[in-house]
Amino acid sequence: MANTPTASRMPSDIPAQPTPEMEDVDAFRERARAWLAARMKPLPPGEWEIPNRDTDEGVQHARDLMAKLFDAGFSGICFPKEYGGQGLSVAHMRAWSEEAQRYEMPTKFNIPTLTILLPTLLDYGTEAQKQEHIPKTLRGEEMWVQFLSEPTGGSDLAGALTKATRDGDVYVLSGSKIWSSGAYRADYALCLCRTNWDVQKHRGLSVLLVKIHQPGIQVEQIRQINGSMEFCQEFFDDVPIPADQLVGEEDDGWTVVSRLLQHERSAVGNGSAFGVIMQLGARRTRGETTDPLVDITKQLGLGADPTTRQLVAEGRVLSLVQPALVDRVGTGIRAGKLPGPSSALMKLANATTGIARAELAVKIAGSAAAAWVEPGPASQQAGVFLSRQTAALAGGSNEIQRNIISERVLGMPREFAPDKDAAFKDVKRNTIPTRKP
Amino acid sequence: MELQLSEDQEFFRDTTRKFLDAEAPLTKVRALEASDDGFERDWWRRGAELGWTSMLVPEDLGGGSLSGAGLLDLVLVAEEMGRLVAPGPLVPVSVVASAIAAGGNAEQQKAVLPGLLAGATFAAWALDEGRGPWSGAGVTLTAEQRGSDFILNGTKSTVEAGNVADHFLVTVRTGAGLTNLLVPAGAPGLTVVPMKSLDLVRRFSRVDFSDVTVPSSASVGEIGGAGGEVDRLLQTAVVLQCHETNGAVDHVFAMTTEYAGDRYSFGRPLSSYQALKHRFADLKLWLEGSHGIATHAARAVQQRAANAAELSSAAKSYVGENSTDIIQDCIQLHGGIGVTWEHDLHLFLRRATVNRVTYGTPADHRERIATLLSLEEG
Repeated sequence: MANTPTASRMPSDIPAQPTPEMEDVDAFRERARAWLAARMKPLPPGEWEIPNRDTDEGVQHARDLMAKLFDAGFSGICFPKEYGGQGLSVAHMRAWSEEAQRYEMPTKFNIPTLTILLPTLLDYGTEAQKQEHIPKTLRGEEMWVQFLSEPTGGSDLAGALTKATRDGDVYVLSGSKIWSSGAYRADYALCLCRTNWDVQKHRGLSVLLVKIHQPGIQVEQIRQINGSMEFCQEFFDDVPIPADQLVGEEDDGWTVVSRLLQHERSAVGNGSAFGVIMQLGARRTRGETTDPLVDITKQLGLGADPTTRQLVAEGRVLSLVQPALVDRVGTGIRAGKLPGPSSALMKLANATTGIARAELAVKIAGSAAAAWVEPGPASQQAGVFLSRQTAALAGGSNEIQRNIISERVLGMPREFAPDKDAAFKDVKRNTIPTRKP
Repeated sequence: MELQLSEDQEFFRDTTRKFLDAEAPLTKVRALEASDDGFERDWWRRGAELGWTSMLVPEDLGGGSLSGAGLLDLVLVAEEMGRLVAPGPLVPVSVVASAIAAGGNAEQQKAVLPGLLAGATFAAWALDEGRGPWSGAGVTLTAEQRGSDFILNGTKSTVEAGNVADHFLVTVRTGAGLTNLLVPAGAPGLTVVPMKSLDLVRRFSRVDFSDVTVPSSASVGEIGGAGGEVDRLLQTAVVLQCHETNGAVDHVFAMTTEYAGDRYSFGRPLSSYQALKHRFADLKLWLEGSHGIATHAARAVQQRAANAAELSSAAKSYVGENSTDIIQDCIQLHGGIGVTWEHDLHLFLRRATVNRVTYGTPADHRERIATLLSLEEG
């Protein structure tokens, strides 16, 4: 991967602390608290998300909540005012999140819309694109996805084969993208495509802003191990995309995507301040319920078993360490004490914590993870166990994160790459797609 | 350590670092192995002048911190000491000073604090009894009340700095419940038996009590009501210990990263092998996680927050196990030189191992967390 741009200040580099022209954080908190109490519905005890968050109904509810937040001036806390945001600092976002986390919040918009796509658009979009899309998104009218991975290559994003060929005032888009979560019900995408085959692979890419539902684009849902239908594959059949939908410069799309990936690592590791609310720490604390490991233990009546007690506590420790790491690394990056690519640590922490906790769940559950009469915490976590790899694959696999950490955080030598200096048309590449339609 | 420090804290940390670099290099640590005390008293006194002993004691009692949150300042010292596996009784002196400042009567404060703060006298906390968890629940040593006196009989183990202590804070069981008693080292019937330690300069003792008699006014805080304070002191010790360990692991990790870049095999630096790079990435992940949880624990204990018990036990469980894993993998990455006496790696492994198993093992602390999670309730 090319170097992530961090040297110069980007529009999405928002201040950690309030600047003088901003509303005082405490005053803001009071205002938010009063509004939330008066206008928003508290979550049921023990719940941290709106019911049916991932269903079509839940997504519509999230869109409505976005509009409500927008009208009250609480949408896009850290987005600039000129695009409909509130123009406030991370400190305001923390205060808001502390107040808002016990209410119904449209967190479905967090990843990828608000924390990945919109900050990237903010950094590299044209003025017209920002004016057109950011306010509408903050009102809940648009959901976004990223079209990055392709059926012929996963982690090697810069080896994209989807092509955009300039023809007058349009680019003609053809090829296929895959692993885009929720694309079937999203509205817009940032799509990585190849505009130049005669140069080194990173230098012939461009990013296009694509309206998803239009003639020539077919979206197919993919069923996952756990039954989820969120993953999608898209097929582009010579789709004309207006040339003014280019994001960043032509053939410089890798710069845009590198920034997008940095936003993604931060978002997936829960370190982003651009969402509806941000995660503030281990949200499940004593008396408030429900660590699934605790639930399984109670379901099976194993609370006095010394081995089980060790396993539950081990899982609890991991779920306390993960947000502590995110807090530390996020603070370190914002304070300039850690390099930007350290966000890979947050992502790796998130994935490895999930994997370890899923393992602990199956250890505690024993045969209750294999068969059940009525579903319960054990059977639920058995499903989580089957798909526990998802977070270690999505948005750059753990292996890619470990490359980033060793090379760009620890400064170790880069991997040998035969495609580094060759024109892309001469690079050996996959011809067999990972998945056939 | 927090990644965002105030200017005062940065200055304090840098002053401590410079002092330790000059006055307690690893060669010095090795040289102190054969000494009785494990550190030089004048050196400790000069450390006290830098503020090492005053952070957990309020200003009106002669102490004072930089930030008003003394534990968050003191962890900076602990981390710097870990970086050089420095000698010195930071944890026991800090814990006992904190206990006396928080719960001691005016006479105890007057008798004990000035010496500790000046670095002229020493104190040790006698909690462990050599088996069972380090906690109030593990205490069996009883102090029998006779008139206005307490008579102590029994044994305490793994008492850090017991060899130099002028004062012992002894956690005992009385008829009324858990009690912290302040016992002078010279009390008749009190015998200090030096223990050998895995660490070259950290000294532990067994302390035997045979009809040791103290007046009931020796109680620090309420007689029978020390349970909560014992928890707080243990949290304080664990937070300091985790920061010290993290400082040690930081140093080892930096040393090993550098070595992997300099060391060539088969014509390439070690750090160019992906199998090793990915291991380094994991070590870095565990190290940053260790820092993160230690910081969260320090903040919670400083604020006496409701989740202080859980976070400090989580820190101990995570840091305790990961620290020795990381250091031993760093030894593996060094190759044969890593398992020699002449290489410094073992000094760090020794400290991390001792820290892992004192003030409660990781498993002890997970059991504490399990209790906090109320697993047996419907």
